[in-house]
Amino acid sequence: MKHLLQRVLFYLFTAWAAITVNFFIPRLIPGDPVQALIARYKGQMSSDAIASLYVLFGIDKHASLWSDYLKYWKQLAHGDLGLSFTSFPTPVSEIIASSLPWTLALVGITTIISFLLGTGLGVIAGWRRGSWVDGLLPVTTFLSSIPYFWLGLVAIALLAGPGSYFPSSGGYEPGLVPAFDSYFLSSAIQHSILPALTILISSVSGWILSMRNMMVTVAAEDYITVAHAKGLPERRVALSYAARNALLPNVSGFALALGFIVGGTLLVEIVFSYPGLGFQLFRAVGAKDYPLMQGIFLVITISVLVANLLADVAYLMLDPRTRKEG
Amino acid sequence: MRQPVLEIRNLDVGYGLGDVALRAVRDVSLTLHRGEVLGLAGESGSGKSTLAYGVTRLLPPPGVITGGEVVYHPENGSPYDVLALGDRELRAFRWAETAIVFQGAMNSLNPVHRISVQLTDVIAAHQPDLSARARAERAREMLRLVGIAADRMDAYPHQLSGGMRQRVMIGMALALQPQIVIMDEPTTALDVVMQRQILRQLVALRERLGFSVIFITHDLSLLVEFADRIAIMYGGRIVEEAPASALYRDALHPYTAGLLGSFPALRGPRRDLTGIPGSPPDLTSMPTGCSFHPRCPKAFEPCPVTIPPLGSPDTPGGSTRTVACLLHPATNPEVR
Ligand SMILES: Nc1ncnc2c1ncn2[C@@H]1O[C@H](COP(=O)(O)OP(=O)(O)OP(=O)(O)O)[C@@H](O)[C@H]1O
Ligand SMILES: [Mg+2]
Repeated sequence: MKHLLQRVLFYLFTAWAAITVNFFIPRLIPGDPVQALIARYKGQMSSDAIASLYVLFGIDKHASLWSDYLKYWKQLAHGDLGLSFTSFPTPVSEIIASSLPWTLALVGITTIISFLLGTGLGVIAGWRRGSWVDGLLPVTTFLSSIPYFWLGLVAIALLAGPGSYFPSSGGYEPGLVPAFDSYFLSSAIQHSILPALTILISSVSGWILSMRNMMVTVAAEDYITVAHAKGLPERRVALSYAARNALLPNVSGFALALGFIVGGTLLVEIVFSYPGLGFQLFRAVGAKDYPLMQGIFLVITISVLVANLLADVAYLMLDPRTRKEG
Repeated sequence: MRQPVLEIRNLDVGYGLGDVALRAVRDVSLTLHRGEVLGLAGESGSGKSTLAYGVTRLLPPPGVITGGEVVYHPENGSPYDVLALGDRELRAFRWAETAIVFQGAMNSLNPVHRISVQLTDVIAAHQPDLSARARAERAREMLRLVGIAADRMDAYPHQLSGGMRQRVMIGMALALQPQIVIMDEPTTALDVVMQRQILRQLVALRERLGFSVIFITHDLSLLVEFADRIAIMYGGRIVEEAPASALYRDALHPYTAGLLGSFPALRGPRRDLTGIPGSPPDLTSMPTGCSFHPRCPKAFEPCPVTIPPLGSPDTPGGSTRTVACLLHPATNPEVR
């Protein structure tokens, strides 16, 4: 328990550091976002409006850095991430709230499927070396070695386009209003199949490989020989003895992968113009939308930290050796 | 005449196949009798573990059994060849008839499961009719048998000391009351006091429960003290086999004499520690004839040419022992 508490404190400290860096970065970047915004509105703004913009964006030149910093924390505490430049005056939190579910649904579900499928196949491939599952390995390794960008483009070129079942971009049919009805959901699923498949193809072999190699390593352990010597059923030896031990590194890998769901799928969403958080980040970078970038970075940071904590907890639950009594 | 419980006949075990194969066990014949402790000694690499793995069909790849028979005599019923068993029968045979405590007993326990789980799962696999409560009771009894408090049932392996883990493995080996327990250097990781304590416990248990033991070690002094009979292995072969006291008093094979000369006398006058010159043979390029002749102080002309057969020597009490040495020509060399 003490160990976990230490980790939590460490993550809290990391979160504080990340948030603080997040506060400073836009202030260190050359160029003035307000000027950019004014330029976009082509001088149709009064000087009053401009002054209030500076205050609003938190880059009021007259306030001290320290009071800015305190204000920044106060806003964060209220879930206020500022206003987006590009979709002015929509709050950043609103943009994130509307794009996060798309990313979570597409990448989250795909990551879970990829982990379960890859780990399962890895167990079989490692336990029955030389079986057909093991023979699958070079194929999946080849597929995963294709750069994702290319894989996505090829998938679109070959499978999507006019007349095809698979749409080449977007998260749902344009013109539909997001709602929980069967029509919208089926459209969303139709749009997600192709990106989901490409993610699966590029990520599953990693899980297969690591699980297979761990199975092979563990299979040489003395306690596996003992399990055989005890005359236990083959399934019990494979699952409860071998896979149960081989799983440990994969589970923490999985927890970390969950953390990267939010941030690590930029490419997928760019290639498929998928309305998720990665695509928003891409657009924010292009438009120098600092508040939006800051907000998204914050979400990514926190999700990575939470995933790390999750990995710790998972390890603690699965491996009794990490549990220090008392 | 004592009854055999396990007869190993002309067993050959190799690692790899074809030309690259390494013949680790060569034409070994050995009989374990009901209720006895049979010691198996020899230098490192002489094939002791390979023999144990071969008999239980647990050879790690690329190990293969290339010939021979391992005939098991069940308590009631007719004898059968273990090497000919199908998967299902083999699984039923393992642990229930022959349990084995491995050389690496320290790592023999699954680190993620409690001791209780690992003690009861083997009982559940072989006696599915037994209730969970009865299984737990049996497991607790086994721990008590090897001198571990029953409250350690819920411990994980890493919470036990090396000696405790070793004793848990011995307790586990006895859980199904097998006819045979094979112990492959179960005590090497322990201090001498603990080694002897565990062995004494084992011998006492054997008298109570009536199982037979094959005890593997390179520490011959331990065997002289605890075993009924001792077999000596060299380069994959049995070179001498005799009742423990006879072997200690009067070793016939120069290799046995060398092994005995490499530790202090247990009792009686002090003798010089000699040891054996040279190093164990390379199994991939064995010397011709008797494989021990390059290191043998008593080698003579025929040694590099003729492989000495294992047989009873022409000495007083020679019928109770066998040796493979041209100095002691066999009166009844084993037919092969
Ligand atoms: N998995 C393996 N692959 C190839 N060769 C092996 C393997 N295991 C053992 N050997 C070889 O077989 C021979 C016999 O090994 P074995 O482990 O049976 O010796 P041992 O008598 O038990 O020695 P020790 O006293 O050190 O335990 C050695 O020459 C060893 O190199
Ligand atoms: Mg050994």
